[in-house]
Amino acid sequence: MIFLDFFISGISLGSIYAIIALGYTMVYGIAKMLNFAHGDVIMIGAYVCFYAVSRYKLDPFIGVALAILVSTLLGIIVERLAYKPLRQAPSLAVLITAIGVSYFLQNTALLLWSSNPKFFPSIIGRGTFEFFGGKLSVSHVTILTIGTCLLIMFILSLFINKTRLGKAMRACSEDKGAAQLMGINVNATISLTFAIGSGLAAIAGALLCSAYQTLMPTTGSLPGIKAFTAAVFGGIGSIPGAFLGGLLLGVIEIFAKAYISSQLSDAVVFAVLIIVLLVKPAGLLGKHTQEKV
Amino acid sequence: MTKKFLLALVLIFAVSSCSFADTFKIGGTAPLTGGAAIYGNAAKNGAQIAVDEINALNGGVKFELRYEDDTHDAEKAVNAYNVLKDWGMQISLGSVTSKPCEATAAENFSDRIFALTPSASSAAVTEDKDNVFQMCFVDPNQGSASAQYIASKNLGKKIAVIWKNDDVYSKGIRDTFVEKAPGLGLEIVSETTFADGNDNDFSVQISDAQSKGAELVFLPMYYQPASLILAQASSINFAPKWFGVDGMDGILTMEGFDNSLAEGVILLTPFNADAKDEKTQKFVAEYKKRFGEIPNQFAADGYDCVYAYCQALTNSGAKSSMSNEEINNLMIAQFTSMTFNGITGENMKWSKQGEVTKDPKGMIIQKGAYVGLE
Repeated sequence: MIFLDFFISGISLGSIYAIIALGYTMVYGIAKMLNFAHGDVIMIGAYVCFYAVSRYKLDPFIGVALAILVSTLLGIIVERLAYKPLRQAPSLAVLITAIGVSYFLQNTALLLWSSNPKFFPSIIGRGTFEFFGGKLSVSHVTILTIGTCLLIMFILSLFINKTRLGKAMRACSEDKGAAQLMGINVNATISLTFAIGSGLAAIAGALLCSAYQTLMPTTGSLPGIKAFTAAVFGGIGSIPGAFLGGLLLGVIEIFAKAYISSQLSDAVVFAVLIIVLLVKPAGLLGKHTQEKV
Repeated sequence: MTKKFLLALVLIFAVSSCSFADTFKIGGTAPLTGGAAIYGNAAKNGAQIAVDEINALNGGVKFELRYEDDTHDAEKAVNAYNVLKDWGMQISLGSVTSKPCEATAAENFSDRIFALTPSASSAAVTEDKDNVFQMCFVDPNQGSASAQYIASKNLGKKIAVIWKNDDVYSKGIRDTFVEKAPGLGLEIVSETTFADGNDNDFSVQISDAQSKGAELVFLPMYYQPASLILAQASSINFAPKWFGVDGMDGILTMEGFDNSLAEGVILLTPFNADAKDEKTQKFVAEYKKRFGEIPNQFAADGYDCVYAYCQALTNSGAKSSMSNEEINNLMIAQFTSMTFNGITGENMKWSKQGEVTKDPKGMIIQKGAYVGLE
């Protein structure tokens, strides 16, 4: 039973990684850039949710909606001001800009909200479901996290595969130049991708902080890095890959902690990543494409 | 010309020695911003209250206090220390947190400026330095004191320890705790760790403690991870006795924290804001009036440091006109021989290494407040 307990913890942690990884992988797939500020958008979303719920006593779901709104706007503004002017710049310049944006957001949060850790009230309380006569208890937050992750995955797949905008996104990710020639507004498509990614970040922030109830200006950075790892693990640029990578990373992390050593869990996680990349350099579900010269 | 000059000089000296209170410049570095600011500001505020009280007495000793920000960073702490040295610091309050204090203590040692840190508790702060002293317990002592307290009060036999393996503070306490426990009849049934970046999910650590039947869980760590452990344990209905150390202080003032989660948590700290003695009550009232909150242990440590200096300076007959090294030598002689009664302990004495001996007080959290345990 304790195995199942750990498995569910792993899936729950993995679901959060997966939602964050979706943001990384979509932006990478379409804009071909690593948006390292993604983790900090999560943190901003979580703060908005925290203040809405804890200070202004709003309904948690209004809090989450506000967080999505603010994060989406933030994503669009950051893209517009920091990344758009660099559309033609070498990818290294964009990468460094992204790291700069990440520090900027973190330090702004430090100034605005101070560094004292805040205790995040769970958006749906601390209740649990009992199974097998109380032998297995699963918290509401866990169910909500896993459910939300599946729902997001489902809606996103529909959006990418069935809508015109989704089609435009796929076209941009295949070949930007050709997409432009076919009359697709590449700039608008990239901005839309950022908006969706940042909105997802806010949801991830609210879930992350509800499951692990702490909030600091650095809250987003490490989960962000781990989710990035998950995206690479699953195959960066691939949406099902991000989902699979996130879940696997979460489960491996918890199992390594439980059955190998709590001191070595991160080492085990990254060792698995290295092995996977050695065997499949494009990640689990990534497509290996020849670089066109 | 020279005669006139000399006369003027003599006059200046005469005038300055006329003012009968002697003002010493006292400086310290602390994290006033950043992640550890809660500790730095508390120590600074506590020290400021003591300085104002002593200055208001118009006795033989007066202080001018200056704190510089080190953001809990060793390099910035040394810069801050140099700023204080330029300002003319004569005696030092070291640094508030351990890592920066290890760096500034080395400077204190080579510059021969005496230091008494309110709260930097790692053993390396005072090691091999004759002029660096601590007001707080050194980490290993907290570990053994906790084990003794748990055994003597019979709080539980089966103990689980969760500690942070990339933190000197946590490791220092854990090491002596684990070493002492078996000799006191305590059995450590579960021992698990976490580290930076891996400090969100405690389900494994908590399940391990629960499945091995731990009656008491020892948490040698700061309050932020401790708050998560308490919340996650309550969500799976695991309710052992919880035992924390001085880093747990601060959990009740964490914004958004549901204080009922900390109900029944026991912690060992040298300071109890609810103590009935006159000195403590006066300090707590003044602190509340000025800063609007109940002082924690760091504030009390800062307060005691200044009073300990006042006592040592008065007894030794030190003058502010003396060189830093002369004051330093007088202070070493005083601190290794005197007994000091403060609000963080009675009959404090210091060893030659600069470690303090005093009795820790057990406290329990009840209805969102610290209550002293007898």
